[in-house]
Amino acid sequence: MARTIVPRPLRGFVIPVLLTAVWWAAVHFGWSTSPLLVAPSKVWQTGVEQVVSGKVFAALGASLWRDLVGFAIGAGAGLAVGALLGASRVAEKLVGPSFHTLKQISLFAWIPLLSVWFGLGDAAKVAFLSLAAFFPVVLNTFEGIRSVPADMLEVARVLKFTPAQRWRKLILPSAAPSIFAGIHLGLIYAWLATLGAEYLLVSGPGIANLMIDGREHFWMDMVLFGVFVVGLVGFTLNWIAGRIEARALAWRGRSVAQF
Amino acid sequence: MSRDLLMPLNGRAVDATPARLAWRLWFAAPAWPGLRDWLLAWPLPLAVLALWALAAHLEWIAPQVLPAPDAVALTLKESLLSGELWANLQVSLIRVIAGFAVGLVGGLALGVAMGLSPTVKDYVYPLFKAFAQVPVLGWLPLLMLLVGIDEGLKIILISKAALVPIALNTYKGIQGVPTRFIEVGRVLRFTRWQMLGQVVFPAALAPIWNGIRYGFTHAWLALVVVELLASSEGLGFMIVYGRQLFQLDVVLAAVVVVGAVGYALDKVLAAIEKRLLGWRKEAF
Repeated sequence: MARTIVPRPLRGFVIPVLLTAVWWAAVHFGWSTSPLLVAPSKVWQTGVEQVVSGKVFAALGASLWRDLVGFAIGAGAGLAVGALLGASRVAEKLVGPSFHTLKQISLFAWIPLLSVWFGLGDAAKVAFLSLAAFFPVVLNTFEGIRSVPADMLEVARVLKFTPAQRWRKLILPSAAPSIFAGIHLGLIYAWLATLGAEYLLVSGPGIANLMIDGREHFWMDMVLFGVFVVGLVGFTLNWIAGRIEARALAWRGRSVAQF
Repeated sequence: MSRDLLMPLNGRAVDATPARLAWRLWFAAPAWPGLRDWLLAWPLPLAVLALWALAAHLEWIAPQVLPAPDAVALTLKESLLSGELWANLQVSLIRVIAGFAVGLVGGLALGVAMGLSPTVKDYVYPLFKAFAQVPVLGWLPLLMLLVGIDEGLKIILISKAALVPIALNTYKGIQGVPTRFIEVGRVLRFTRWQMLGQVVFPAALAPIWNGIRYGFTHAWLALVVVELLASSEGLGFMIVYGRQLFQLDVVLAAVVVVGAVGYALDKVLAAIEKRLLGWRKEAF
């Protein structure tokens, strides 16, 4: 059994190491003459060069800055709209159906329209990013607030909470897990949208533009390095969101998971 | 107790002026709640539409920036009648269904293998996670170099988009089957296949189905992106084409169709879900 050959913690590395070995062998023994087959060491060199010259940081900085601004706008608006829809049945009935119809439109279909309205620069990109973050935040905020248990609201009523107290002490803490889930999703979507916006509205610096450049010049090493950076950023954003979520919800204890 | 009757939505204290009272009563207990909801859904879109029509007809906005709604409706009707829209829609649907089918089979296989076998999980899961960290759009330039911009690229990207959530949810769903259920199966001396067919899969069906729905949403998203970026037919292409010619009525008509198809597909999946998982709800 393979069980006995490789110790468990190392098993995850087996396939990547094998793949890299095959890749290296393919280059070393010249199995293919395609210019696309670059050596792993070449990718590493390109990576080092990009990091040392700071080019990758400039591109990444531009992308991340847009990502964060767009995300902040979208998530902020999403929280407000979600809270309104969740707290008011009238607002839900007035706005909800339109919102649910609008959200069916595939996100990227907005880009050509936004490019006409906002141009090809950062304004259009940020507008698109905020749209990407907006929808999941609204949905999850709405659902979180709607699922505040009715008997708890009754307790708040008995205790004669003011509206501010009701929000601060009951509704927001109770809806927090769902709201954070929405923000987390918004962050992921905004990152996806950051890449999409750079592909579709090609202008200015950015990490995706780096990859487009690489593709146009057939610089496979550059493209592979770009894929790596994009994955790393996605992973980091996920990790940060997870940490914040864990922190913010730590007071809840583990009772839910433990039952 | 009479306060209870007036208890509004979300338990706000009631300051009962007669007009408010009447509104609350009508809102809280209308004769036909369905009709009320239906009526309330219309004012906003109609107002937006009216404002849009007004803006277009008084020429507040150039038609190249925002064409009049009737122009969009006309374009939509013409492209429906000429068959152009149907042709593009058909291309897009075939692509998304083919890509989704590949992603579905691959995702289910991967998810089941990882869920049932700890050995497979140990070897594959870390790589899978790394693979999932790079969004569809991150793989695009790489794939364009490797497979060109033909049909293969679209199918691969769409199937990747569908595969990740399906595999992840299938794996987590199988992992999450309560041990108690397995124990009952053991007590009943189920064979391996009985255990899978009658305990594990029914118990994991809800998360798996969730993954399938997510997978489809992602596949649809990926389809539109890849058609916007590299295609000469399909709905996404219609949007890009209209944009390039500054024919925003074509763009908007295609956007409407993208939304309508997304809506219809969502409804189909919801109907399947009702049949597939309906039995679960009866328990409550």
